[in-house]
Amino acid sequence: MTRVPPVAMVQATQQLVSLQHASVRFGAVTALHGIDLTLHRGDRLALVGANGSGKTTLLRLLHGLVLPSEGQCGHHALQPEGRPATGAMLFQRPFLLRLSTRRNVSLGLWLRGLPRAERAAATERALHRVGLAALAARPARELSGGQQQRLALARAWALRPDILFLDEPTASLDPSAKREVEQLIEDFANEGMTVVLATHNLGQAKRLAQRVAYLEGGRLVVERPVSEFFNHSETLPLEAQQFLKGEMVWA
Amino acid sequence: MQSSCGVTQDCALQPSPAGYVVCTGLHIASPIAASPECAQMSTLLDSAQLATQLVWQGDAELWRIVGLSVRVSLMACVLGGVLGLALGAWLAVARFPGWRGVIWVLNTLLALPSVVVGLLVYLLLSRAGPLGAYGLLFTPTAMVFAQSVLVTPLIAALTRRLVQDALAEGGDQLRSLGASPYAAALLMLLHERRAVLTIGLTAFGRAVSEVGAVMIVGGNINGVTRVMTTAIALETSKGDLALALALGAVLLGVVALLNLAVAVLHGAAQAAGQRREAWVA
Repeated sequence: MTRVPPVAMVQATQQLVSLQHASVRFGAVTALHGIDLTLHRGDRLALVGANGSGKTTLLRLLHGLVLPSEGQCGHHALQPEGRPATGAMLFQRPFLLRLSTRRNVSLGLWLRGLPRAERAAATERALHRVGLAALAARPARELSGGQQQRLALARAWALRPDILFLDEPTASLDPSAKREVEQLIEDFANEGMTVVLATHNLGQAKRLAQRVAYLEGGRLVVERPVSEFFNHSETLPLEAQQFLKGEMVWA
Repeated sequence: MQSSCGVTQDCALQPSPAGYVVCTGLHIASPIAASPECAQMSTLLDSAQLATQLVWQGDAELWRIVGLSVRVSLMACVLGGVLGLALGAWLAVARFPGWRGVIWVLNTLLALPSVVVGLLVYLLLSRAGPLGAYGLLFTPTAMVFAQSVLVTPLIAALTRRLVQDALAEGGDQLRSLGASPYAAALLMLLHERRAVLTIGLTAFGRAVSEVGAVMIVGGNINGVTRVMTTAIALETSKGDLALALALGAVLLGVVALLNLAVAVLHGAAQAAGQRREAWVA
């Protein structure tokens, strides 16, 4: 008799996005060189590296906002749902339309074709979720930096994406706003969302991720489980060790 | 006879009951007779005085001409706006072979001379032209058509640049939310609505101040297709520079008032939106 693996196990090993020798070029500039990476369902992957190492381009490639110039980028259907995985991305500087806080959340739902009543309910839920319900009527661009990032998270969360891509989401926030945003990301990941986070904050990678991928000059140098990456750094390639040492000075 | 400017002259025109000389071209009661002697007095001060007087007296003929000017140009801007905004937004996101060439042509059309537009529309609408059967030549509709042709490239070129810059800032984020490239471009028009309004006002300024196209396709027919600019051209050709300048000042005043009205309406709409949102909350 064939034994059927439990759903959780199937989901944990299920591939959502796989890159094979994927390169991305912008004109004469090669932003990514031959990346091999697989994103699994339920992953919490941190992409670390210095500025200009290709973290954001890799996020955009995984999300499908850019196509590989060479190699392959495969997006796989969810099992057992059988539908393509949906993604939403949070950017370092969230772009908010010159509309109210509420309408900025509602917009994404409108683009996905949700009926009006459902849209209103989902918007209210999302704003409550990030603690911005009281500011729903305020113009989004008048919110503080931390509130704007929470609003961007609400906008992404309202879509119920299967994968949440985060591009240095707390880079320009003060410590308290940073904690709030990190807590929300942690909560979303605990709800089962697959999270891919680009950051140069190693502490944040340690707190939020299960796997770490280190990039340098558009190349994926190493990819390890988070404990191995930070606790056994002597086993890492030299570039990654140097990066860790440099970052540790600031930590 | 002695005109109101104090110069004795032999004027063929008839004095109006108010003592003014009636100019044949515009049929507007002018305190300054259309004579070479009076033309010497056409200083800016005289023009300002005359403009004030024309407005103050509420001359029906003047307001009819102003009304037609504003109506024709507004309709042209609405028509050109629909086409230009859609085209500009599309060109901001579309990429196809020859795209650069299209942009080059569009930017070149920014300098499109209005007389050339007038001539092209004239050829289209004249009896022998492809649209001659509709009998539109020398009607306000022909003028709207000509001015639409004039402002559409302007609106499209400015919109393309506006949308492209806005997409560079937030295009990826809108696409991440599920917007198609064209939907993202249209959302940017909503986002940049104040700049779009400025583009609209720029186009209106271009339309209402042009004379070549409306002169050719409208014919400057008194009571039918005479607008401010053609009236100014007529008065200038007759040598009544003061009246021409005064009409120019009135035209400028009308545009200024329109800009003010748009700004006030925009402010009121914004305040109403905020009140509505606050009420919903």
